Amino acid sequence: MDITDQLNISRRGFLKLTAVSATVAATPPLVARAAVPDVARAPVTQQVAMEVNGKPATLSLDTRTTLLDALREHMHLTGTKKGCDHGQCGACTVLVDGRRINSCLTLAVMHEGSKVTTIEGLGTPDALHPLQAAFIKHDGYQCGYCTPGQICSAVGVLDEIRRDVPSHVTADIGAKATFSTAELRERMSGNICRCGAYSNIVEAITEVQEGRA
Amino acid sequence: MKPFTYEKASSPAQAATAVARERGAKFIAGGTNLLDLMKIEVEAPPHLVDINGLGLDAIAPTDEGGLRVGALVRNTDLAADARIRRDYGLLTRALVAGASGQLRNKATTAGNLLQRTRCPYFYDTHQACNKRLPGSGCAALGGFSRSHAIVGVSNACIAVHPSDMAVAMRALDAAVETVKPDGTTRRIPIADFYKLPGSTPHVENVLAAAELITAVTLPKPVGGTHVYHKVRDRASYAFALVSVAAVLQPDGSGRVALGGVAPMPWRVEAAEANLPKGAKAVTSSLLAGARTTPQNAMKVALVERTLGAVIADAGA
Repeated sequence: MDITDQLNISRRGFLKLTAVSATVAATPPLVARAAVPDVARAPVTQQVAMEVNGKPATLSLDTRTTLLDALREHMHLTGTKKGCDHGQCGACTVLVDGRRINSCLTLAVMHEGSKVTTIEGLGTPDALHPLQAAFIKHDGYQCGYCTPGQICSAVGVLDEIRRDVPSHVTADIGAKATFSTAELRERMSGNICRCGAYSNIVEAITEVQEGRA
Repeated sequence: MKPFTYEKASSPAQAATAVARERGAKFIAGGTNLLDLMKIEVEAPPHLVDINGLGLDAIAPTDEGGLRVGALVRNTDLAADARIRRDYGLLTRALVAGASGQLRNKATTAGNLLQRTRCPYFYDTHQACNKRLPGSGCAALGGFSRSHAIVGVSNACIAVHPSDMAVAMRALDAAVETVKPDGTTRRIPIADFYKLPGSTPHVENVLAAAELITAVTLPKPVGGTHVYHKVRDRASYAFALVSVAAVLQPDGSGRVALGGVAPMPWRVEAAEANLPKGAKAVTSSLLAGARTTPQNAMKVALVERTLGAVIADAGA
């Protein structure tokens, strides 16, 4: 049975509700969001201490502050980028306790005692991380906005393969994880490059994996 | 995001008590779904109870010969565990088919079971959605419904459950262990864990208010060939249009669960008797009573073809 014929009934209920909310609150229709009553609440500030790029950092933050915003807006480590802010693009990827995560989808206050590494902690202009050098050599970017996330993610990918984490394209999950171009492309799929520098990114990471950088 | 207070829980029962104390309070673990929804104010908890420090992150053998997976075991660690890869390969396959490496490093076993739908009308606060705002209607019914459910739906909601992991858990007969604020514990077979939308699509499972998942148990291994086949619009990092989780035995018997077609991982045990007859016979009983829209009607054929490919792969 095709259920789109139910639409008229739904629409009638929908219009009724719209009329009610318009009368009661004089707000635009259907802007009500969460089921929890929308009462005004005061911002809450809390302290958190973590280690960022090897240095201790103690911050007093609104509990709503993501790790990404803490890094960029409070510690002024603007290498980590905000792309979508919803975990879909990977521009905000950092390493927390050695693992790559989306810093936009975690709260700073949840990271008491964490060791955070950002692109600034991987290398410096005078002493580049091998992946930074390889991205430059292979032109692994055009605009560069996704690059810090790509590089932090690549550090995580190479470590995950060493730690024998399987992937969607691993043919035999009973065997030890190995590096290949197909594995790399699958494992890097959480990092979007709108300039489309993927083939050069693959070359850069592959060179580091093979120890040629 | 609406302001909220935050505390770290000291024990599972204390966490449940803390969530019970304030209306609308929520547990937070990986946070990859909850924070996403809080940013667009689909969720607006006044208080968050962080359960990450509770040590529920071990995978241990059970007396029954199975495994107990702690609620906080990250998707990456569950997928990589040698015992899971050897005896519950379906679970590893489903886990690595979902999300991205970054998200799997954060997302937890319990949180994955409790993922909210990715229905675009649930996310769009300017649209009607009975799941987000009960009684407001369902914009998906007359909207863009290509990704929506075809079985288990109601006139109030046609959203799909987005998890890959839960589909494997359903095929493997997992069970959910919980604790309530009063300290009582219970074990819920995954077959009884999810609720169909009916007229209350905002109620998605049988958990009581402030009831905390502490572990997911897997029964002793059943052997067989484990296959998870996910069909999606991109080769990686996309939700399923249709997925098939199957454990197939050499004698032709087996288990099949579907993702991407229903408001919960979809399994009809009676349909599995038809496995020796092939994908068409299984699909017609799995999807009996399907209610499609013109946009998602293709999922019926997609299930049959995907299951056919799975059966062929397992026999190869």
